[in-house]
Amino acid sequence: MTLDTVKNAEQTPEAGQPWADLGLKPDEYERIREILGRRPTGAELAMYSVMWSEHCSYKSSKVHLKQFGEKVPANDAMLVGIGENAGVVDVGQGYAVTFKVESHNHPSYIEPYQGAATGVGGIVRDILAMGARPVAVVDPLRFGAADHPDTKRVLPGVVAGIGGYGNCLGLPNIGGEVVFDSCYQGNPLVNAGCIGVMKHEDIHLAKASGTGNKVILYGARTGGDGIGGVSVLASETFEAADPDGVTANRPAVQVGDPFQEKLLIECTLEIFKENLVAGIQDLGGAGLSCATSELASAGSGGMRVDLDTVPLRDSTLSPEEILMSESQERMCAVVEPGKVDRFMEICEKWDVIATVIGEVTEGERLEIFWHGEQIVDVPPRTVAHEGPVYQRPYARPTWQDALQADDANKLPRPANATELRDQVLKLIASPNQASKAWITDQYDRFVQGNTILAQPEDAGMVRVDEDTNLGVAMATDGNGRYAKLDPYAGAQLALAESYRNVAASGAKPLAISNCLNFGSPEDPDVMWQFAEATRGLADACLQLGTPVTGGNVSLYNQTGETAIHPTPVVAVLGVIDDVTRRTPIAFKEEGQLLYLLGETHEEFGGSAWSQVVHDHLGGLPPKVDLERERLLAEILISASRDGMIDAAHDLSDGGLIQAVVESCLRGGTGARLVVPDDLDAFTFLLSESAGRAVVSVPRSEELRFTDMCGARGLPATRIGVVDGTVSDANAVVEVQGEFALPLEELRTAHTQTIPGLFA
Amino acid sequence: MTARIGVVTFPGTLDDRDTQRAVRVAGAEAVPLWHRDKDLKQVDAVVLPGGFSYGDYLRAGAISRFSPVMESVIEQAKAGMPVLGICNGFQVLTETHLLPGAMLRNNHLHFICRDQKLRVETNSTAWTADYETGQEISIPLKNIDGRYVADERTLDMLEAEGRVAFRYLDVNPNGSLRDIAGITNEAGNVVGLMPHPEHAVEPLVGTGRTDGLGFFTSILKNLVGAR
Repeated sequence: MTLDTVKNAEQTPEAGQPWADLGLKPDEYERIREILGRRPTGAELAMYSVMWSEHCSYKSSKVHLKQFGEKVPANDAMLVGIGENAGVVDVGQGYAVTFKVESHNHPSYIEPYQGAATGVGGIVRDILAMGARPVAVVDPLRFGAADHPDTKRVLPGVVAGIGGYGNCLGLPNIGGEVVFDSCYQGNPLVNAGCIGVMKHEDIHLAKASGTGNKVILYGARTGGDGIGGVSVLASETFEAADPDGVTANRPAVQVGDPFQEKLLIECTLEIFKENLVAGIQDLGGAGLSCATSELASAGSGGMRVDLDTVPLRDSTLSPEEILMSESQERMCAVVEPGKVDRFMEICEKWDVIATVIGEVTEGERLEIFWHGEQIVDVPPRTVAHEGPVYQRPYARPTWQDALQADDANKLPRPANATELRDQVLKLIASPNQASKAWITDQYDRFVQGNTILAQPEDAGMVRVDEDTNLGVAMATDGNGRYAKLDPYAGAQLALAESYRNVAASGAKPLAISNCLNFGSPEDPDVMWQFAEATRGLADACLQLGTPVTGGNVSLYNQTGETAIHPTPVVAVLGVIDDVTRRTPIAFKEEGQLLYLLGETHEEFGGSAWSQVVHDHLGGLPPKVDLERERLLAEILISASRDGMIDAAHDLSDGGLIQAVVESCLRGGTGARLVVPDDLDAFTFLLSESAGRAVVSVPRSEELRFTDMCGARGLPATRIGVVDGTVSDANAVVEVQGEFALPLEELRTAHTQTIPGLFA
Repeated sequence: MTARIGVVTFPGTLDDRDTQRAVRVAGAEAVPLWHRDKDLKQVDAVVLPGGFSYGDYLRAGAISRFSPVMESVIEQAKAGMPVLGICNGFQVLTETHLLPGAMLRNNHLHFICRDQKLRVETNSTAWTADYETGQEISIPLKNIDGRYVADERTLDMLEAEGRVAFRYLDVNPNGSLRDIAGITNEAGNVVGLMPHPEHAVEPLVGTGRTDGLGFFTSILKNLVGAR
């Protein structure tokens, strides 16, 4: 096959091109021809096709995501905002923290182990590229029904992939979620988050400036894996349970090498330390196409790249394939000529292959050559930042009203104490509410020696400075059931829960990242869900004062015509001045008083109870009150700082009883609860009203604590005591006048479900 | 002057910085050693920390044993210098035959991270003198290739010579023969174990206990006492 050079493209304007197979639409192909004033070369077409994919260009979501930049709360913490590899916030004492959540949903369905593993690898490189040392990872995961045979294929692979990759990098896995729902059967959600820490002066940006500066590709050799990952895989709809589709798409999934990534991390950090780079970008989705065009687009000059200098794993790769390959563990740096030698020495020390593949040029073109012949000549902005933008039509689904009218509050409730007891036990043992230790025990949570809190705590927390005890916390939350009932409220509830979780750990919420998982943007129902969720989240961020620092959108999460529940996942980052003041969830001290903070209403729409007992989804999700969330957070943080509480646990899915049981199991104690006068036992135990937490208060602090709540107007109801000393074999969780459940029975119910299904 | 304890970094080592911290917390000086460098920088003892050296793609520890730094470590260990191998470091020590036996994949085939209870079976080693024989401690365990195996004759010999240094209590997390979590050489200067004492040296982080600190205070006393 002859090389399709720029000259050749000019001479053969009518040559047929496989734009449709690469995922481009007819008008998009026309626009490329307009931009270039000729037909694109094969290499140019490859670049545009991946960079203009939904995954890279955000072409359907952009018009809605704009709000995150417009509704920005006044917040001094923001150092780098949306648009870079990851956002950066100031956490004090000269430290900055960068964090982000990304999706690797489609590859993880096709090839669970590698899909999930490379999801971890990708987010870690994003964080690294900002100049930070990655210090922790989290993994929000959603799978199909727990008892479905395919979940048994996907979940163990995903978990082993996350562990296999993350554990080899030496990054503690401190949080995340595991949710089961049949809506994710053909489309699991594998999101991955990472936190990185640096000093303010170490922040690095992705841009290529300074004519004559060298462009260095370093890390793994480029292979044929992951070609078209972003365009073919992440931006299309899978057909219903098509085993052939799984097989056919497998080569589009990248294959990871965590050892190489570990070397890349240490090598890059040493390069940063010596201040050797002018700009840096990781290679992830869309590979070299993305890195070269984004670096050139963000910088002041152009760029020339000699593609035949790229080290290859497979010497038969065509230039188009090299540009599209998503081979992992690669980075691209822009380095002043005088610093290249030292850069290369450090790479050699870490056994990392590094190659000068080009340089920054005058002018505004990205030019790529193959054995001396020009195959790409484009304005980089048109590839990287000026892709198509769609105003997709959206409309409130016709079924939305009926769904909301199907009120969960009217479902049959337990008729007596025995039924209530049985339903509580069933709930505690249900896959969504059961202990996820079998999963999280496959992740290293201790490495780096700075882990203060890790799952099943409300938030993960790591120490940032050993001398001052400064720390950061992060929680991720999302509830697709709530969002299906009301996407605006559902997105706000995801933020509220995550925010509450961070505050319950004692940290002050600072900023957020999000991962927005939705169905096909070509479906007006889905687009409405997306529009509502982004609007809800932006409004709530403004009100809570937590800016969006960046995030990720994953669309086309559906099987055939059926979309997943809209699933906005929100990660809140918090800061704590002194990690010794952190608040764990465990009830440990016999006799401490249990207080319920917030108000409980009859709210069962989308609840765990309605799902587990009635397999029902309908009605409205719990009411959102952001001012209440803020007040609750302030109280939790103050109480933690001033030593007024020894344990705190946020209330969310499963309600009060779920939280109390988890805290008892964590501490090895029992609890005696009294139903407040104004509530019935069922609502008290199982309602999912937002803006609530349960805390354990030492008797000596009771007055001070209740005075504080009273003075600031937060309802605080004494609901019982911690009962039984730690590891008391006879400990029970008792609801007076209703039932008593032995702790050991609860432990068995809570811990055996997941291993029973997957071990 | 306090003791100088070398901590080796292989490519793929993960717990080197944690181990350096543990050495410092115990009051000794941590000296980073690099896998390509034969020079041990006049350290008094060496720790081979955990991780996945060289990716462990062939067999855990199989490549590291051939690294330049290990040439010197093997030579010095044979001459009596205290050496502690933690997790991957233990795997490296068995590959070098400084310690007998080998580690296979966990019997349940999964990576496992847990707070593990152990019994210190002997305090007659350079790294366990600060514990009581029979003392029960809890420290983190985290590995996928942690199942200790050896032939019956070797196991009998280890038992007879009092060289089983640590045994798993309550739960055998990986199918290790005779619940063995760690062993020592005949002289007591070379010790290897799968769990991670360096992750249990501060009350605040990790499991919230300091049961692992004894390894590092033991060696410090051993070295300072020897002067």
